Amino acid sequence: MPMSLNEKLAILSDAARYDASCASSGTTRRDSRKGGLGSTEGSGICHAYAPDGRCISLLKILMTNFCIYDCAYCVNRVSSNTPRARFTPEEVVHLTLEFYRRNYIEGLFLSSGIIRSPDATMEDMVRIARMLRVGHGFKGYIHLKTIPDAAQELIDEAGLHADRLSINVELPTEQAVRAFAPEKSPATIRTAMDRVQTRRAAAKDRSHGGKRPPKFAPAGQSTQMIVGADGSTDRTVLSQSTRLYGSFGLKRVYYSAFSPIPDSSALLPLIRPPLVREHRLYQADWLMRFYGFGVDEITAARPDGNLDLALDPKLAWALANRHLFPVRVQTAEREMLLRVPGFGTKTVGRILAARRHRTLAWEDLKRIGANLKNAAPFITLRHWSPGTLTDSADLRARFAPPAEQLSLL
Amino acid sequence: MAVRMITVSLPRIGTDRAWRDAARTHLGRGTRPEALLWQAGAPAQTDLFGAPDMPAPGTAHALTVPRAFLDLARTVVWHADPERFARLYAFLWRLAERPALIRDTADPGLVRLRQMEKNVRRCAHKMKAFVRFRDIAPGSTGRRRFAAWFEPTHHTLEPTAPFFARRFADMDWIIATPDITARHENGTLTFGPGAQKPDLPQDAAEELWGTYFCNIFNPARVKVSAMTSEMPRKYWHNLPEARHIPGLIAGAEARVREMAARAPTLPPVRAARIAERLAGTGVDRVMDFEALHRRAAEENREVPDGYGRIVLGEGPGDAPLMIVGEQPGDAEDRAGRPFVGPSGQLLDREAAAAGLDRSAAYVTNAVKRFKFVQRGKRRLHQPPDRTEIEHGRWWLDHEIALVRPRLILAMGGTAAESLTGSRTGLLKRRGRIEETDRGPVFLTVHPSYILRLPDPARKKDETERFREDLAEVARTLA
Repeated sequence: MPMSLNEKLAILSDAARYDASCASSGTTRRDSRKGGLGSTEGSGICHAYAPDGRCISLLKILMTNFCIYDCAYCVNRVSSNTPRARFTPEEVVHLTLEFYRRNYIEGLFLSSGIIRSPDATMEDMVRIARMLRVGHGFKGYIHLKTIPDAAQELIDEAGLHADRLSINVELPTEQAVRAFAPEKSPATIRTAMDRVQTRRAAAKDRSHGGKRPPKFAPAGQSTQMIVGADGSTDRTVLSQSTRLYGSFGLKRVYYSAFSPIPDSSALLPLIRPPLVREHRLYQADWLMRFYGFGVDEITAARPDGNLDLALDPKLAWALANRHLFPVRVQTAEREMLLRVPGFGTKTVGRILAARRHRTLAWEDLKRIGANLKNAAPFITLRHWSPGTLTDSADLRARFAPPAEQLSLL
Repeated sequence: MAVRMITVSLPRIGTDRAWRDAARTHLGRGTRPEALLWQAGAPAQTDLFGAPDMPAPGTAHALTVPRAFLDLARTVVWHADPERFARLYAFLWRLAERPALIRDTADPGLVRLRQMEKNVRRCAHKMKAFVRFRDIAPGSTGRRRFAAWFEPTHHTLEPTAPFFARRFADMDWIIATPDITARHENGTLTFGPGAQKPDLPQDAAEELWGTYFCNIFNPARVKVSAMTSEMPRKYWHNLPEARHIPGLIAGAEARVREMAARAPTLPPVRAARIAERLAGTGVDRVMDFEALHRRAAEENREVPDGYGRIVLGEGPGDAPLMIVGEQPGDAEDRAGRPFVGPSGQLLDREAAAAGLDRSAAYVTNAVKRFKFVQRGKRRLHQPPDRTEIEHGRWWLDHEIALVRPRLILAMGGTAAESLTGSRTGLLKRRGRIEETDRGPVFLTVHPSYILRLPDPARKKDETERFREDLAEVARTLA
């Protein structure tokens, strides 16, 4: 008996849940007043939240979860006994448009197992994107997971229809990729990322006549790394992301704590890495991109190259570099204010604006929205000085949760 | 002088423009904030000034208000706080004296307004996110029609409706709230009075959406507070997917436990078939020699520390015999060709003596990169580990698929492990053919094993046995 659409959707969304990205932001602004359906207006919208705390912005599905590859960490690997299904391109288009019309989603995030060959699979994915964009005038967001081995022309066409392209590097080191994803090659993945970046740069050049070429993946490319499946330290992971941001101009690197999967491979570790590790990596990633921190600074606090799970990385850095504190909020440079625990980029912006008008006091910072519980030992203000607090021996204990609570995380 | 109170009544629809006009008028007249009584929800749009005995317009001041304030006011007027108009006007009054006030991010009055602005923005954002349309029967125009009921915290439908008009331009739709109703028909957006919660027809798409919501959820990482902070419970009763939430949370732990308890299963039959096709004679992914060499050249652009470059095999593309060694050595890595060093020379010599034409065989290695540790100027050979053998197999399988040899001669433990899955008991297994997924494999020792034997007598014996093995291979192929 053929499977109903509902049954297929159950299998193919279940199979897609291990992809962390659900971003729908950062693309061109467009709407449907001149025909078609849909709009994108800069910021993404999360239409729902699942009880795992993750946002649901896109219809995130696999075209099929049949796969000829045997990647140990993947629920869809060829040697797994998970139930299999396959959407027709028409079904994917139908689901996307009907969900979109009811305002359930911002668009489509399409990924797929490799069927027949990388080219054949990529061709079907591009066909779906083309049907949506050209056939139905769909103006919503499309994210395509690119298959690294697929032909150049297919990736080129994918970039014309999709807002974002992504290729997962999967694991932080080449050795780990070789061990767990024998059919994937880190070099091919790098080549594919490089190709997308080159095409994106080319799409920004005007011709002699001043004409712009069509946009290519305007929301950029992203990737995902599984954390905790191999023995890589946080320093290895973060160095790898720095390289990815630098070499390929990636918009985002997603970290996915290795999650136990049904019918898992015997190759994988049985212990689940704490979710808080993933959280700390995201915090560190943010510090590198928006706060001017380097990988070495962030990971220097502990000798083993991992982040402190009990403290956020900025606080851990400040505790390890107390000789730089306290900072005088009224006069300090922006770069130094950004390094104060409890001050975010927005807070710092507001401090810089407000201190031109007044001498800042405790109450002012509170109104501005600074986290003074964290900031107090590291700043001086009018009528506030931390005194010996900055250098007191038990400062760490003020922030770190008591040891017995750690086991719960 | 006693303050005479002036009542300003603002309409429910078009509140933003009405407040701006009234504020401009009163500021121009110099009406002090404490003299104004602001009221919302007047039925008619025209009745801007409730006080019938308005003082005659005085000399209008030239009013310049920072643009940032206009943007702020345009948002704050939609807040549910009844004090919002008065707060805005009081701040505007101070702003007229001191225009720089708008940039003093620590001013209590401004902080409060910014807070209200944030509330409205968030409310509008949540409306964009959580409005759920239901399909209703198409009207006479043939356009598809949808309807939604929503209960926003602030009065955000009016400023947010244009977003839906831009997004859903090709549909007719209604969004009803207790406050006002937005209607989009044939591309025109209109507003009317609010309504009771309507009885909307069932929509089959909600079941599919529920299925999606339940299956995209990962039971291994429940974080309820992260969900409720972004999707507060007050919205749940109008979200069709929310009825699944209690069940998902309740069942999550059991699902994870069941997942962990289930023993790893054996791969399905299909897996072996696909793996074989991928590795062997499959037509889909087999690269030709040229593509394989290109791929190797690509990989060789970046050579990891402690490894040499990838050295592929060589020999006739249709050779009946494939000879597989361990990994390239120092000489092979420098030459970029397999079996040109001491081991290769021994092989050449013994093959000739055994009557085996080495040049008619395709010669390659189980692992493609020389692995070494640097000691002074010398690069000392290191045996490959399991991972490296695994990785080399990708290349080897491609070579086997291309050459399709009638017999594979595996020399040494690494080649045996790569081709038969096991290296144990090699000395007992040597000299025989084993049937494998990759075809018949003849096992023998590696020439370097002979080269390393310190005892000349044993070396001689072993060389002879090696020669016998090669002769046996020649006989098998004949």
